[in-house]
Amino acid sequence: RITTHYTIHPRDNDPRWEGKQLCYKLIKKLESYGSVKGIATNDVGIAKDGSPKGIFERGMELHAKVTLFGEGCHGHLAKQLYNKFNLRENCEPQTYAIGLKELWMIDEKKWRPGRVEHSVGWPLDRNTYGGSFLYHLNEGEPLVALGFVVGLDYTNPYLSPFREFQRWKHHPFVAPTLEGGQRIAYGARALNEGGCQMARLLPLVTALTVCGPVVLNVFKKWLHVPEYAENLKNSWVWKELYAVRNIRPSFHNYFGLYGGMIYTGIFYWICRGKEPWTLKHCGTDANQLKPAKECTPIEYPKPDGKISFDLLSSVALSGTNHEGDQPPHLTLKDDSVPVARNLGIYDGPEQRFCPAGVYEYVPLDTGDGMRLQINAQNCVHCKTCDIKDPSQNINWVVPEGGGGPAYNGM
Amino acid sequence: MSGRVLVGVKRVIDYAVKIRVKPDNTGVVTDGVKHSMNPFCEIAVEEAVKLKEKKLIKEVVAVSCGPQQSQETIRTALAMGADRGIHVDVSGKDYENLGPLQVSKILAALAKQEDAQLILLGKQAIDDDCNQTGQMTAALLDWPQGTFASEVSLEGDKINLVREIDGGLEHIKINTPAVITADLRLNTPRYATLPNIMKAKKKKIATVKPADLGVDVTSRLEVLKVEEPPQRQAGMKVETVEDLVVKLKEAGRV
Repeated sequence: RITTHYTIHPRDNDPRWEGKQLCYKLIKKLESYGSVKGIATNDVGIAKDGSPKGIFERGMELHAKVTLFGEGCHGHLAKQLYNKFNLRENCEPQTYAIGLKELWMIDEKKWRPGRVEHSVGWPLDRNTYGGSFLYHLNEGEPLVALGFVVGLDYTNPYLSPFREFQRWKHHPFVAPTLEGGQRIAYGARALNEGGCQMARLLPLVTALTVCGPVVLNVFKKWLHVPEYAENLKNSWVWKELYAVRNIRPSFHNYFGLYGGMIYTGIFYWICRGKEPWTLKHCGTDANQLKPAKECTPIEYPKPDGKISFDLLSSVALSGTNHEGDQPPHLTLKDDSVPVARNLGIYDGPEQRFCPAGVYEYVPLDTGDGMRLQINAQNCVHCKTCDIKDPSQNINWVVPEGGGGPAYNGM
Repeated sequence: MSGRVLVGVKRVIDYAVKIRVKPDNTGVVTDGVKHSMNPFCEIAVEEAVKLKEKKLIKEVVAVSCGPQQSQETIRTALAMGADRGIHVDVSGKDYENLGPLQVSKILAALAKQEDAQLILLGKQAIDDDCNQTGQMTAALLDWPQGTFASEVSLEGDKINLVREIDGGLEHIKINTPAVITADLRLNTPRYATLPNIMKAKKKKIATVKPADLGVDVTSRLEVLKVEEPPQRQAGMKVETVEDLVVKLKEAGRV
């Protein structure tokens, strides 16, 4: 029996940023597997050292016949379920990207509501997957939502998705839109990139399905699994996912981006994804990093404070906050690994891929050597560290209820 | 002694959110922005609930003045242990212009209506930082006031209070009924946990209008303009004291 933990906090409105896709967790009758009988909210009022504070209160278990997990990409509960119930056997490991996003109020003269701009390529090299989006929102105010996505299978540990995003904004196609405008929000989140190679019966990109001869008592009609699997495979969801299944993996060739575009042009645009083969991805994102000594550090330009900004002022715009006196929710399986492995071999990539400045390598007070400092209060709950840590040593767990980013309009 | 405590709770923009001024400079953006209970009001609620748990008072009534959404703030107070709520419905332009004077008139009227022995408020709201409502309410009721309280203890029909003042700590003793405003170190508010939130759904919130209490909420103040604070200029380093004096003279400071 696993005890799963989930935070429930009343919110004025549901954040739009994390699309809550529904997932189905079926209660397995097979006793050897155990079952999910519900969820539990975590205890509150625990101090940094783990001791209970005066306001300590135990969490609460909520039991249900059916538990639906809608955590978005790389949910921490889903992660436990994958491991416990071996849900990932016969699938390729999921591959992800990090998406960074800002909301800008721009000069009204530059606003073209409804306009969509996408780009690939610069500033990323041809072997790093990623691109940008810029949407002129059509909601009455001159708002622009723009952002940058970087595939988390990137190989250079010196890459900083945040700084790529900031320098992309200076491109002559982008900067004029932003000049004279004001940045009003910032956020980041990991995204699923895998497509239908990623699960045996993949319905939705962010959903989790379990295959097995299980029948649900409550929703008998439409969640009977064998029928469900059939219905899904015949549905538009599956057709769409199947048609695009080779676009992302087609990127993995010597010519990188250009190879991927040629492949996509021929096989998707023209042939609509009907080719009989299914390309594979490369394995887990965490395993793709090359050691630092095999890579070149990237020289990023300094932020100018008008179009591009530094990390900490960006994090302030996410509205994120956590009660200070609580155990850090970014946990390490082994405390010695960060300095020995992450810093030693990969020059501490978590300092660069975290979009909130949670991870910093600082010198020890004794003077010799470094230590990993975890600024858990900054966390924006993007899950990138849990995905990209080359040692898979970082485990994101849920912080005390109420903490996290306060996105508005994101 | 009715043993009833009125606690005022205000719905404000959450303290961690970055405030933005509206493009037309008439106010700050509140649409869709995360709101929560004013932190000092949370402390006041906690103190009231503690007094009830010590059986020194009998009933905690949470009051909030504002639009429909203020009921959520009252619900949080109920989840922390208040017994029932009163929502004074003020919306639209009236709500935008609602200030300490009108709120204190409302609280004074409610205190009389509910026969309250004690009014507990936060010392100030984090949106306007007025620090006036408690004091005005006490004046309107002609009740003693214990403001900036960092310790409260009841002794018969008197209250011992420790106030945080500029000079240090002031110990006073006041009669009841009284108005107390809570300062930061009075207590640590408890969490509104899920079981308590569920229980709070059954507690009652009555809705009244200011007119029902005989209060006119027209404001005597008009906001002309709201602006962002000026951007902080970069500092300057000087090599010698003489340089410093020269620079200060140039800036007209000496």
